[in-house]
Amino acid sequence: MTDAVYRLKKVSKAYGPREVLYVDFLEIQRGEVFGIVGPSGAGKSTLLRLLDFLEPPTSGQLHFTDCYSSNGSRAPLDVRRRVTTVFQRSVLLNTSVYGNVAYGLKIRGDKEIQRKVKGVLEQVGLSDLIRDRARFLSGGEAQRVALARAMVIEPEVLLLDEPTANLDPYNVGLIEDIVTDLNRERDTTIVLVTHNVFQAKRLAHRVALLLEGKVVEVAPVQDFFEAPRDSRTAAFVRGEMVY
Amino acid sequence: MIITRDPALMQIVAVSLRVTGTALLFSTLVGIPLGSWLGLTRFLGRRLVIALLYTGMGFPPVVVGLSVYLMLSRSGPLGSLELSLIPRLFTINAMVVAQVIISFPLVAGFTMAAVMGVDPNLRQQVISLGATNWQATLAVLLEARLGVIVSIIAGFGSIISEVGAVMMVGGNIESATRVLTTAIVLETRKGNFDLAMALGVILLGLSFLANVIMLRLQGRSFEP
Repeated sequence: MTDAVYRLKKVSKAYGPREVLYVDFLEIQRGEVFGIVGPSGAGKSTLLRLLDFLEPPTSGQLHFTDCYSSNGSRAPLDVRRRVTTVFQRSVLLNTSVYGNVAYGLKIRGDKEIQRKVKGVLEQVGLSDLIRDRARFLSGGEAQRVALARAMVIEPEVLLLDEPTANLDPYNVGLIEDIVTDLNRERDTTIVLVTHNVFQAKRLAHRVALLLEGKVVEVAPVQDFFEAPRDSRTAAFVRGEMVY
Repeated sequence: MIITRDPALMQIVAVSLRVTGTALLFSTLVGIPLGSWLGLTRFLGRRLVIALLYTGMGFPPVVVGLSVYLMLSRSGPLGSLELSLIPRLFTINAMVVAQVIISFPLVAGFTMAAVMGVDPNLRQQVISLGATNWQATLAVLLEARLGVIVSIIAGFGSIISEVGAVMMVGGNIESATRVLTTAIVLETRKGNFDLAMALGVILLGLSFLANVIMLRLQGRSFEP
């Protein structure tokens, strides 16, 4: 018996006449770190937007736990609030670090904002910057604030869209450690979209390769990297796929 | 006159503030939602609406005054209806209508530009954090607050100093529809330059005070 958080059946997404994504079948299990790799334009971010309910699929069925199935309209608020995304280029609010991290709690009417914000800023190593203006942060610090504002709302599923792209190795390491801890300690399901196959290898339990809007292969991380079934996966893992 | 709080002067100041304040309130209530909507959504005919709005931003006040005059006069299409909701000519309400028409396109136009200047990814990201559509729009407006306050300042500036439309639809009636600008015109024509200058100083002072209050509302947005 599987415990799938997401189950996608024949899900497609089209913009006008152009279909950019078609997933015949995909399950993402509760508590796993699910990596999605693929070249630019493969449909990774589109898939993530569907999983975050920012857009409905054009056709097919997207089931979220046992409480929601897409029907072409927007997911209800209580479902949407169980999932959030950290984007590749996070846009922070023009306020303090505290104000940014507190945002998700404020809109939920949370009663323990201060305690939760301080706690999560400690986790991401930014306690000293709590009163600083977010616009003056470095790229790495800003991305950690984005991670903190997502973590503080304690989502059931955390979607990461290239969360460490363009960051220095120190910040990459910090963010990877935070993500790993989050998955281990809180059992948060994490879907990680990345260009970086090594990052997928380090963090993910299972990995999917997306090419031209289609899922080529889904496999446990070891099989994906050491014994891929599909020749395109093998080429991608070896870095032979030019993109 | 200022020091002794001359009753006639106080009356003129009060009418000015009432007309401009009410008109600005309505302009803000209509202009900010309209500007936000135009800045955040895409729909068929949006460019036409924006073109009309930009035209409205350049409306000559005297033409607005003439149009409102013709509409509200007893033989006009609205005045002839004699409904209680439709203001009569030469009343404060008629002046408010004219000033709203002058200022709301400015408030809406500048708000739209401010909202469009906010990173479009912000809205998607706050929705991802669990914001409702309304909360996301509010977040975008708060990010654009500097521009939104500028839109209100522009709207205020266009009507506090306006003379043509209020003269036409208000009639510059003493103790009723006389405002600072129309009083200045009258006193200048009568040769009372000292009084006209004093009224001008009051007008400038009120304008300055209103802008200081709005700058305070902008908070720390002007800091680097």
